[in-house]
Parts: sequence; structure tokens; C-alpha cells
Amino acid sequence: MDQGEVMGVSETTPRRLPTAVIVLAFVLLLGFLAMIAWGLRRSMSGPISVGDRVPDIQMTTFDGQTIHSRDLAGKVIVVNFWASWCKPCEQEARELEEAYQYFKDSGKVVFLGLAYVDTEPNSRAYLEKFGITYPNGPDLRTTVSQMFRIRGVPETYIIGSDGRLAAVKIGPFQSTQEIIQTIQPLIQ
Amino acid sequence: MIASVGFGVLVLTFLVSLYGIGAAVYGVRSGKAVWVESARHAQQLTFPLVTLAAGALVYLLVTGHYEVSFVYSVTSNAMPLYLKVTSWWGGQAGSLTFWIWLLSAFTTAVTLRRWERDREFLPWVIVVSLVTVAFFLALVIFFENPFTRFWATPTGEVEAFFQPANSVPIFPSDGRGLNPLLRHPGMIIHPPMLYLGFVSFVIPFAFAIAALVTGRTDDRWIRLTRRWTLVAWLFLSLGLVLGGRWAYDVLGWGGYWGWDPVEIAAFMPWLSGTAFLHSVMIQEKRGLFKRWNMVLIILTYCLVIFGTFLTRSGVLSSVHAFAQSAIGPMFFGFIGVTFILSLALLLYRWTDLEAEGTMHSLLSRESLFLFNNLLFMGILVICFSGVIFPLVSELLTGQKVTVGPPFYERATAPLFVGLLFLMGVAPLSAWGHSTIRTLGRALWKPALVSVAVLGLVLLAGVRSFGALLGFWLVAFTASVTLYEYGRAVLARARRTGENLWMAFWNLAGRNRRRYGGYTIHLGIVLMAIGIIGIEIFQQETQGTLKAGDSIQLAGYTVTYRKLDEFDAPDGRNVARAVVDVYRGGRYLGELHPRRDYYYASQQPMTIPGVRSTLEDDLYVLLVDWRPISADGATFKVFHNPLVNWVWIGGIWLIFGTLVAAWPDRDPEVEQARATGRERLARQTA
Amino acid sequence: MSKKVFLLLLLLIVAALVGGLVQTARAQQPTPSDNDVNRVARQLYCPVCENIPLDVCPTTACQEWRELIRLKLSEGWSDEQIKEYFAMQYGDRVLAEPPRRGLNWLVYVLPPVAILAGAVLVVRILRRMQAKPAPAEATPSVPLAPEDEYLKRVEEELKRVEKSGR
Repeated sequence: MDQGEVMGVSETTPRRLPTAVIVLAFVLLLGFLAMIAWGLRRSMSGPISVGDRVPDIQMTTFDGQTIHSRDLAGKVIVVNFWASWCKPCEQEARELEEAYQYFKDSGKVVFLGLAYVDTEPNSRAYLEKFGITYPNGPDLRTTVSQMFRIRGVPETYIIGSDGRLAAVKIGPFQSTQEIIQTIQPLIQ
Repeated sequence: MIASVGFGVLVLTFLVSLYGIGAAVYGVRSGKAVWVESARHAQQLTFPLVTLAAGALVYLLVTGHYEVSFVYSVTSNAMPLYLKVTSWWGGQAGSLTFWIWLLSAFTTAVTLRRWERDREFLPWVIVVSLVTVAFFLALVIFFENPFTRFWATPTGEVEAFFQPANSVPIFPSDGRGLNPLLRHPGMIIHPPMLYLGFVSFVIPFAFAIAALVTGRTDDRWIRLTRRWTLVAWLFLSLGLVLGGRWAYDVLGWGGYWGWDPVEIAAFMPWLSGTAFLHSVMIQEKRGLFKRWNMVLIILTYCLVIFGTFLTRSGVLSSVHAFAQSAIGPMFFGFIGVTFILSLALLLYRWTDLEAEGTMHSLLSRESLFLFNNLLFMGILVICFSGVIFPLVSELLTGQKVTVGPPFYERATAPLFVGLLFLMGVAPLSAWGHSTIRTLGRALWKPALVSVAVLGLVLLAGVRSFGALLGFWLVAFTASVTLYEYGRAVLARARRTGENLWMAFWNLAGRNRRRYGGYTIHLGIVLMAIGIIGIEIFQQETQGTLKAGDSIQLAGYTVTYRKLDEFDAPDGRNVARAVVDVYRGGRYLGELHPRRDYYYASQQPMTIPGVRSTLEDDLYVLLVDWRPISADGATFKVFHNPLVNWVWIGGIWLIFGTLVAAWPDRDPEVEQARATGRERLARQTA
Repeated sequence: MSKKVFLLLLLLIVAALVGGLVQTARAQQPTPSDNDVNRVARQLYCPVCENIPLDVCPTTACQEWRELIRLKLSEGWSDEQIKEYFAMQYGDRVLAEPPRRGLNWLVYVLPPVAILAGAVLVVRILRRMQAKPAPAEATPSVPLAPEDEYLKRVEEELKRVEKSGR
């Protein structure tokens, strides 16, 4: 009664809705809509775009070695996502190894392979089958692949020496030549 | 040619809708009724126009015009005729067109009623209807056009409606065919039922908005839309039950409800819609909760379009979701406008929605209905949180999470139990006043029966607490409902001297809403029996068998006899196993679980072999964990006790809704009787 | 036969027997059955396809994960350990419920709080209505506001027009 709330027989002045309640209702609604809009934009955006700054990538190889991308500043980093259960990945496996060998001595290009939701025994078998020697490790908790917002495998992301994304390849590379030609212009 | 006609008609309908919106608004503002009439005609014109466009699309589907990209994506030469027709809603563009057709059918039907007493509602109902129709038409025309064709340009293949420069039309000789998962009778009626349910909620929403805009905040809008709401609820319930049946038959995991986000998106409007159905009775009988009813109908409609948005925009991914498309942003705009305008109107008229009566008894029927609403809203809050949280988590922490069955089941179980209990108590409480004593007096006989049933269940060896509680509640609610029926029939028979059947028929006929409601509750009780059976007592086992080996489960023996492997004429490879079922040594029959592999889409599908009785289902799946052959095939066997009561209960539910919604003989007479009854009730309250 | 040769032969036979026993002991550890695998897989979700439980998922990748479960089970891992391993490898998405830490507490806490708030609201409404003194409710009919009175008259007029116009 003290708040002037009367439900029932109408009195002289009906209860006014306090401004605070109106504001709160709209704030909640708009906040909810904003969140949905954010989610929609995120779901519609593809993988991160060329030119974006790439956050630090951390991975542990199958051999137990830890690698941080910030320690590799100034070099071109080729990040390749693959999986042993992925048939198209096999098309580019040997070609990637060849490109790695080509750039190995220059010391300016680093190849990193990340196994996307794969099992260790199968991953190791895959690496052995294609004779891959550059560092490879599981993408634990799919953190790195989520950072790049990949849609599937294989996908390759090449980070330039300035730490920004320089090139993206969705799907398998067709030849070793294609890989080399993509990387070559990025080396300063 | 036909495709061009179809698209042209859609564009024409869009323009007609825009005209109708303008005419209705101008007619209201200027007070010129002739413009409102013109808007009404425009609304009525949309239905024949959309039917023409829909007819064009179905014609293209049935005659295999694969140069039209939608036809290519959902049909193929090998498909039978009925599947080609139902492929209309087998893809995003077609299903949106189907949605528009249903929407224009319902909104046109509303304009055909007599409007003399509700002139002020008409223009606003037309505006809301046409805005919705126009929005979906815009989606189809600008983003998901089912009439686009394939063109070969110098740079490659292109899908477009208008011919690009330097291009030549392509005429594929065969289509890709409908997704194998959709080639099932359940999938043929489940989307239409669901869409009907969604679409028909536009009508009560439109009337609610009209009531808010015009300030006619009495319960006229509820009275007008009562049947529409019941029909909408019926279709939505039917759609949900059919979806469960389809999942059970075809998806191969021995269950019918997976708490998948898209399932929940269709379940949420059902929850608020059911709450609304109950709550409006309080407003009609006691003049209370006007604001709450407004909130509920607006919430139901908003959940409908929000659920549609979630399913079709790709914000949530699930096995149900349509492929990503560009309609997301536009849909979001529509949602934003609808939510914000509805909230604004509601707050604007808030103070006009004063209650006309009071509630003074905690156990009166309106009070119990309030608890009913609380429980439904509770379940809704749980479902909504579970659906939204993965999005929140991903946005705020970058970590994707899954909210799955354990969360929902644990949280909603007590609320469902509460609802089942209320369903038993509420029919016995009176409008306006009830005490523990009056309720107790009414309840003790059914309660006794329910305890007796509990005793029987215990004797049968059931020890699980959940099952015991569930069966007791089922018995309690069923006893109360049947007791109410029986008491009323006996009273009437004694008074009028009719025999029991005549008394029953006349009683139900005069009180369709009440007895229809009781029948619906009985339907729910039957479904609850089935749900308790399968959720608590389901057993499963899996094993690899050679021909001649057996696997055992729950007293049944399943023996692998042989395997047939062949190519079916509609483009699939079929591996069909023949298994014999025994129980206690007695031969019960053979089942044919099979694995279909569709060559075109490279998709496998497992169809179970099921032996269904009232008591249980024996559900045998051919699983391809290992290659299937006569030497070794992996079988997964489910024992689902009482599951068929879910489907039986569903049919009972529909029957009850039809009884409740059946039109009265003479509307004026019924209306007068109802008003008289209410006035009497208010005076004696 | 000399004693030394006899002892050597005996040693060999014992070694063979022991070796054989060890072999049979290892072979006696059964490979986890499909049911055991399903028991764990049912509590997990496919890491790649959205919202599909791991025991149902038909893809080759899922088959490999089920074999991984079988391998871990045969090594003696418990269900909980296997689930934790999967979460560590593939993210929290594979678990059927968000793990109870950090922001995830929100989804466990908000619904009960909201329902409780609703219950409190309902009780307050009921109590407020009950507290209303009886005499105020004795007025049977609410005095109609002027607009309602006018509306009623208009309605009755329309009804009359309808009836005559039929």
C-alpha cells in the first residue's frame, strides 16, 4: 500500500510506471539484441583477413617442444592446419615438405603444422607416411584454429615478417611451385 | 518462362502488401473507412497471388526443370512424385516460399470474418499481417529466390534470376536430389505442421498489437483470437510430436528428443503459448493479468521469429540448421524492429491494462494457474539460458561450449513434475475461492486411487524413485480428470434422465473448452507414461555378429540371419539385414534394419527395424562401425518400454484440442450466454 | 644326462612356462566392448560436427575417436579421465555440459535465481491481493468509466444494426 500499488478497484489515478523500469526494460532488450548482432556478425565473418594482426600462437609439438610465434618475430611463418582423417590434406602433404626443404637454409621461413581435432597415433602415422620433418603438434583445445576461425581442413595461413597475416589458402595447395610462389614475395 | 511468372508474381505481391500497409495506415489516420476497405482487399489479394507463385514453383519441381537452381538442389529424376512435391520445403528458398503461402492463407482468412463490431482493430491487424508478409517476401525476392537459374558465363557458372551479360543458360539433365534424411513420411508433415503453428501465432499477436494501439484493452482481443490461439497451439504441438517421431524413426539414436538448440527453439514458443492458453482464462473469468497476457502473447510471437532466425541464420549450428545464408542481417533487423516496437507499445499502454478483479484465495483456480505460469516460465528460462549461453561464452571468452541433455534434464525435471501435479489439482479447485478443506474433500478419492496404482507399480518391482514419483503423478492426474468427467456425467444423467453416453455427449458438447481441456490433459498424461518408460527404463547393447549369432537384451534374443545388399532404383546402395526376434524361446518375427548409402550426396543413413507393441519397442539398428557383411555386422539394440504411449498420447492431445476448439453452433447465442455467466460470476465473487 | 644339462633343461622349461603364463595373463585382459565405448561416447560430443553425440556420429573421424576411447579404456583409464583428456585435446565443446568454472557458472546460477525471483514475485502478488480488506471487494460491479459506458452503448447499437441488416 505504501508504494501506492493498488490492484483491483480502480482509483482516481492509475499507477504510473516508473521511468527507471522503462529504461531498464529497454536497456535489457537492446543489450540482448546487441549480443545477437555480435554473434551474427561473427558467424558471418569468414576466417581472419589478410592484413589483420595475428595474436601470439603457442603450440607443443608431438616431440614435446614448445614454440611461441612471438619468438619467431621477423620471420615468415607458414601455419598449416591438417588432420589424418582429411583426404584432401594428403594432396598437399608432400608438397609442403618440399617447400619446407626449399626454404630451410634461408632461415627466414618457419613451417608449423597443426593437427586439427586428431588423435596422436594417427597424426604420427600421417607425418611418417609423408615424411614430414617440420614441427607439427596438436591444436590443443582448438584454440589456434578458433583464433583463425577456420571452417575446415586443410587451410594454410601465412604470417608475414611484420606479424600480420599476409596470405590465406583455403583447401590444398596444387603444387610445390604454388607454395613457393606464395611465400617468396613475403621474404624481405 | 514459368520461373519468370513465379518471380514476377512474388514481386507483385510484395508491392500489393506495401500498398496495403500504406492504405491501412492512411485510412486510420484520416478516418476514411474506404481506404481501410481497400487495404483489406489488398490483404485478400495476397493469397491468390502467392498461390500462383507457389503453384509455379511446385510445377517446376514436379516436372524436373533442373535449370532452376532450387529444383536442381532438391529434386532428381529418381525421386517419386510425392517427394518431389514435398521437396518444396526441402531447402531454404522453397521453405520460405511455403511459409509465405501459409502466412497469406491465415491472414487472408482472418479478413474474411465479420468485422462490424471490431472496426478499429481491422486496420492494425492488416498492418501487422502485411508487414510480416512483406518482410518474408523481401527475404525471398532479394536474398533467397527459388526461381534463380544456372548460367554459363565466360568466368564460370553463375546462379541468378536475370541473365548476366555474355551468358548462356545451362540445362542439367538431373538434379542432386533431396537430402536423404528428409525422405521420410515424418519429414513430410513435420515442417508444414511446425510452420502452421508458427505462422498462426501471427493472428493473436496482430490482435494484441491492435488492442495496444487502439487502447481497447478489455478482453475483446482475447475472445476474438481464442480459437486461433488453440489452433496455433495444436499445430505447434503436432509439429513437435511429429519431429520427435521422425527423429525416433530415422536418426538412429533410439531417442526422440535430443535437446538440440533448434528443437528447443521450437519448444520455447510452445511453453509460453501453453502458459498463455491457461492465463487468458483468468482474464476472461476474473479480469486479472491483462498485462501478463499481453506479455505472454508478444513473447510467444517474438520467440517464434527468434527461433526461426536462429535456425536459418547460422548463428547456432546444429544438425537441423539450414546452410549459412545472407538472410541473417535482414532477419535480425525484423526481430529488432518487432521486439522494440512491441515493448514500446506495451509500456505505453501499461497503465491502461488495470486488473478488474482481485484474487483472494491461495488455492483458487486462478492462483493455481499463476503457479502453472511460473513453472512454464521457469522451464522457458532454463531453455533460453541453455540456448543462448554457448553464444555468450564464445563471444566473451572465445571458448565454445555445449549445453546438452544433462543440463536440461536435471533443471527441468522438477518443474515438469510440478506441472504434472498441478494438472491434477487445478481442475478440482474453484474459480475465486478454494481452501485446503474443499480441495481435500474433492481430492481424497482420486488420491486413494493413485496410491493404489502406486502400490501396483511397486509390486511390479519398480524401485527407481523417479519412476515411482512419475507413475504416481500420472495415476493421480488421470484419476482426477476421469473423476471430474465421471462426477459431472453422473450428475447430469441423474438430472436429465439421459443414459450415461448421452449425458457424456451433451455435457462435452456444452462445455467444449473444459472437457476438451481435460482430454488434452489426459493426452499429456499418456505421453508422460511413455516418457517415463523410455527415459528411465531404456536399455541398449551393441555387438558384432556373424550370421547365425545372437545378441541378448531385456529378455529378447536377436539372431542375425542374413544380409541382402543391392542398389535401389532411386540412387542408393542398400545393405539390409534380416534378424529374427525371440522372447523366452518364442519366435516373435523378423526385423529388417538397414543401412542406405546415397551415391549422389555420399550420405549414409541407418533405418532401424522396430517391433512395436503397447508394452515396449524393440529397436534394432545396423551400425557401420565396421564394414557390414555376412561375416560380421555390428548391431545396436534398444529396448524402449512404453514408448508408444508418447505417440498415442499425441493423437489423444490433438483430439482434445479439436474438441476444445470446435466452433459453437450460434456464435451470438454462445457469446450472450458466456457474458451472462461471467457477469453472474463477478457479482457473486 | 649330466646334472648340469638336466638343470639347464629344467630352467628352460620353467622359463617357457612362466613366459606362457604371462602371455595368457595379458591376453586375458578383455578389449573393451562396444557397450563400454558407447557408455563413454554417450557422454561426449563430436568435436567437429555440432551437437551430435559421439556414439551416434557416423563419420570416419568419429570412428577414430571411439577407437581412441577403446584404447584408453583398455589402458585402464576411467570414464572421467577420458572425458578430461578429450576436453584438453579438443576443447570444452566435447563435453555435454559446460565445466563448472569461470563464466560457465552463469548458466548454472542464473536460471534458479530467475525462477526464485519469479516465485517471490508470485507470492508477493498473492499476498498483496489477500491483504486487501473484504469490504472493498464487496462492490460487485466496477463503476464504468465514461469511455467504457459509451463503448457498451455503441456495441449494443451495432448489434441491433447487425441483426436488422441480416
